[in-house]
Amino acid sequence: MKLYFKYMSILLKAQMQYRFSFWLLSFGQLFLPLSVFAGVYFLFERFGNIKGWNFFEVALCFGVINMAFSITECFVRGFDLFSNLVVSGDFDRILLRPRSTFIQVLGSQFEFTRVGRLLQSIMVLVWAATNLSIKWTLFKVITLILMVISGIFIFTGIFILAATLCFWTIQGLEVANIFTYGGKEMAQYPLSIYKKWIARFFTFIIPFGCVNYLPLMYILDKAHQNEYLYMLTPLMGIVFIVPCLVIWEIGVKRYRSTGS
Amino acid sequence: MPQIEISGLYKTFKVARRSAGLKQAAKSLFCRKYDKVEALKDVSFTVDTGEIVGYIGPNGAGKSTTIKTMSGILVPDRGQCVIMGRIPWKERIDHVRSIGVVFGQRTQLWWDVPVIDSYELLRDIYRIPNRDYSNNLDLLISTLELQNIINTPVRQLSLGQRMRCELAASLLHNPKILFLDEPTIGLDAESKIAIRQFIKTINREKNVTVILTTHDMSDIEALANRILLIGRGRILYDGNLDDLRSRFSNQKTININFRGNGFPIDNTIVGIPGVNIVSCSQEKLILRVDGNGSALADVISRLSNIVDIVDVSIESQPIDELILKLYREYAV
Amino acid sequence: MKAYLSVFRLRFINGLQYRAAAFAGIATQFFWGIMHIMIYEAFYENATGTLPISLKQVIAYIWLQQAFLVFIALWIRDNEIINLITSGNIAYEFCRPCSIYGFWFAKLTAQRLSGAMLRCFPILVVAFLFPEPYKMTLPDSATAFLLFIVSLFLGLMVLVSISMLVYISMFITMLPTGSMVIATTIGDFFSGMIIPIPFMPQWLQKIAYFLPFRLAADMPFRVYTGHIPPNQALEGIFTQLIWLGVLVLSGRIAMKKVQKRVVVQGG
Repeated sequence: MKLYFKYMSILLKAQMQYRFSFWLLSFGQLFLPLSVFAGVYFLFERFGNIKGWNFFEVALCFGVINMAFSITECFVRGFDLFSNLVVSGDFDRILLRPRSTFIQVLGSQFEFTRVGRLLQSIMVLVWAATNLSIKWTLFKVITLILMVISGIFIFTGIFILAATLCFWTIQGLEVANIFTYGGKEMAQYPLSIYKKWIARFFTFIIPFGCVNYLPLMYILDKAHQNEYLYMLTPLMGIVFIVPCLVIWEIGVKRYRSTGS
Repeated sequence: MPQIEISGLYKTFKVARRSAGLKQAAKSLFCRKYDKVEALKDVSFTVDTGEIVGYIGPNGAGKSTTIKTMSGILVPDRGQCVIMGRIPWKERIDHVRSIGVVFGQRTQLWWDVPVIDSYELLRDIYRIPNRDYSNNLDLLISTLELQNIINTPVRQLSLGQRMRCELAASLLHNPKILFLDEPTIGLDAESKIAIRQFIKTINREKNVTVILTTHDMSDIEALANRILLIGRGRILYDGNLDDLRSRFSNQKTININFRGNGFPIDNTIVGIPGVNIVSCSQEKLILRVDGNGSALADVISRLSNIVDIVDVSIESQPIDELILKLYREYAV
Repeated sequence: MKAYLSVFRLRFINGLQYRAAAFAGIATQFFWGIMHIMIYEAFYENATGTLPISLKQVIAYIWLQQAFLVFIALWIRDNEIINLITSGNIAYEFCRPCSIYGFWFAKLTAQRLSGAMLRCFPILVVAFLFPEPYKMTLPDSATAFLLFIVSLFLGLMVLVSISMLVYISMFITMLPTGSMVIATTIGDFFSGMIIPIPFMPQWLQKIAYFLPFRLAADMPFRVYTGHIPPNQALEGIFTQLIWLGVLVLSGRIAMKKVQKRVVVQGG
């Protein structure tokens, strides 16, 4: 853990060498989710609701997912950019060091400019939370925080899986975007608006349903029984990271036998 | 017991074939051909503690595959490799703690931060005790003369400065074996000499085993008392440089400056088997002599009868040519 | 002219090499297409009142957007050019005996064309075979199809000329990522990549119509679906030509100015 912070401080120092560029990019990062959010807003202006969910309910979902995603992008950037490490051969350097590959890859990159996105998603979240016609309780706040944390774990897991793919193909990597960016895009809306098969896939295989749809039902008072079960579903998202790490290790093993 | 023991190492890679042209490109969309490349074929050798070994061979001969195997990055198809009692790829983390690796064309330092920050991060990565770290660092700073550059970001360093910092970085954790992959590539003469000096020093004082790959034969000449030549995945030669010279050639080039008397000099005058005229002018004669010293003395005594010899210089065959000859001989 | 054609050909072949990348891209775009159609489907399910565009038209719009993504997305960038600019190696490019504007223009067009060629046919073919309601529909009429093709290619050129301006502006800011992200986000929003322009409120539509971005994506797609009738489409094509002239001309002038500066500073 100490090593992780050491990596973080050294990279922050490096990025701060280009201060103006850093702030400009952070500022630029504000725009991208903002334009997507504006799109959602305009659609609600036309349609009023989506399968019974109103704008602020969707906005809450949007905020949670984007917050989790931007935090993940900031701290797990090393896995996101992992293909560079493989192409440049710097992954060999990582294998030459007496530490786990996981922590070293994690520490190889941080994208602090994602604060721009984080800020935007926090604003959306607060705006949505204050405009919803529900009563906030302590448990609901805890659930909300749990949703964000669980989201971070899920996205981290997906980024690790995508990075593992690099050991097989560099070119075909774009397919991983289905689950990283595609997963984020999809989870911005409650999963119940999609067809059943897709909602099932994103609940039982990649547990996005455990961070947006199910706990959201509890927070919005839409779950009428087993409330606590709904509340605890985000924990499933945290478990998701375990198989991802196992697959990562398999990928590293393969890399060391093919050297590609 | 030797420090490094390698026997019967094999490794094969699969490489996609790529061809030019629009038609070919369209075709390869649907089916792609693969070539098999045998990077290592039955490679065996041993290295003792404190040796400096020059590991040479043309590009693609299998040098880096061997280095990667020895450093635990790559798992071979079959064969044995035991280094300090460990199998590198099976106990990666323990193994890499006791080796240092420098890639001449890549950096292990963080590009945008001062060198010293990189060192401190390496201290944490290798879990080097603080006392050892500061002792080592002081020693490296003074022997490599780093005191003025240690607070500069890496991107602002010259290549020579950077290479000195790289060397220090790979020695912070007191490795027993140092792998150097083209450590002098692209350096000016002064930096080259400084790097070689330093490698000699740590080899002598800390008894660090050095395995060095390079294309610059003067590196080998200056450092290595033993050469391993690899070509097409096989070890072709294992021995010291002088043996190599005497085995493959003891051709010498002789430059003779003389004051001529108009008398033509040609092969009939020199007339000794194994001696050839490379060029000849009014004042200068260049000869190539095969064989031992007696032919040489013969040439000089004959010449001195005809002309006034002003100056004689004798050169051994450049090692580059020797290696080239060797490559040709084995059709690498 | 020959030099431009050969750089075009080279890039085109090079683009075709990336087979796995193309397959992966196709898979990704199917996913995005289906996901967005589901979202619109859900919106339309409970919709009341009159809507500016029918669900069928939106679906065709989405598939075209996915099929021609490489044509129309401003955020796709060429790292080779960016590296040239930031590293200062651009001075060598200026030494070439042909216009650097034309050279880059050909290169960028070829890259987008080869990228889209590989992807658009499989995506469209399969999208036609999809079950309702995800099925892609045929063009509104033969005329609409013809006008669509013309406006699509003109749109590509408008887009490349816009991206040329973005690259040129990097000479001045020397901050590729930051300014690029802001410019492309705004551009992609107003080209109808995020939501089709008819869904925007009136005031925003006015801005979008005023800007050239929509000429690359929103306009050709709506010509295809018949949302924009042929006579208006002709007007649109005329607008594309005017914009193309303006953008290329200003790009060339800007490039000349930049070139002078680089030469004076010695790179």
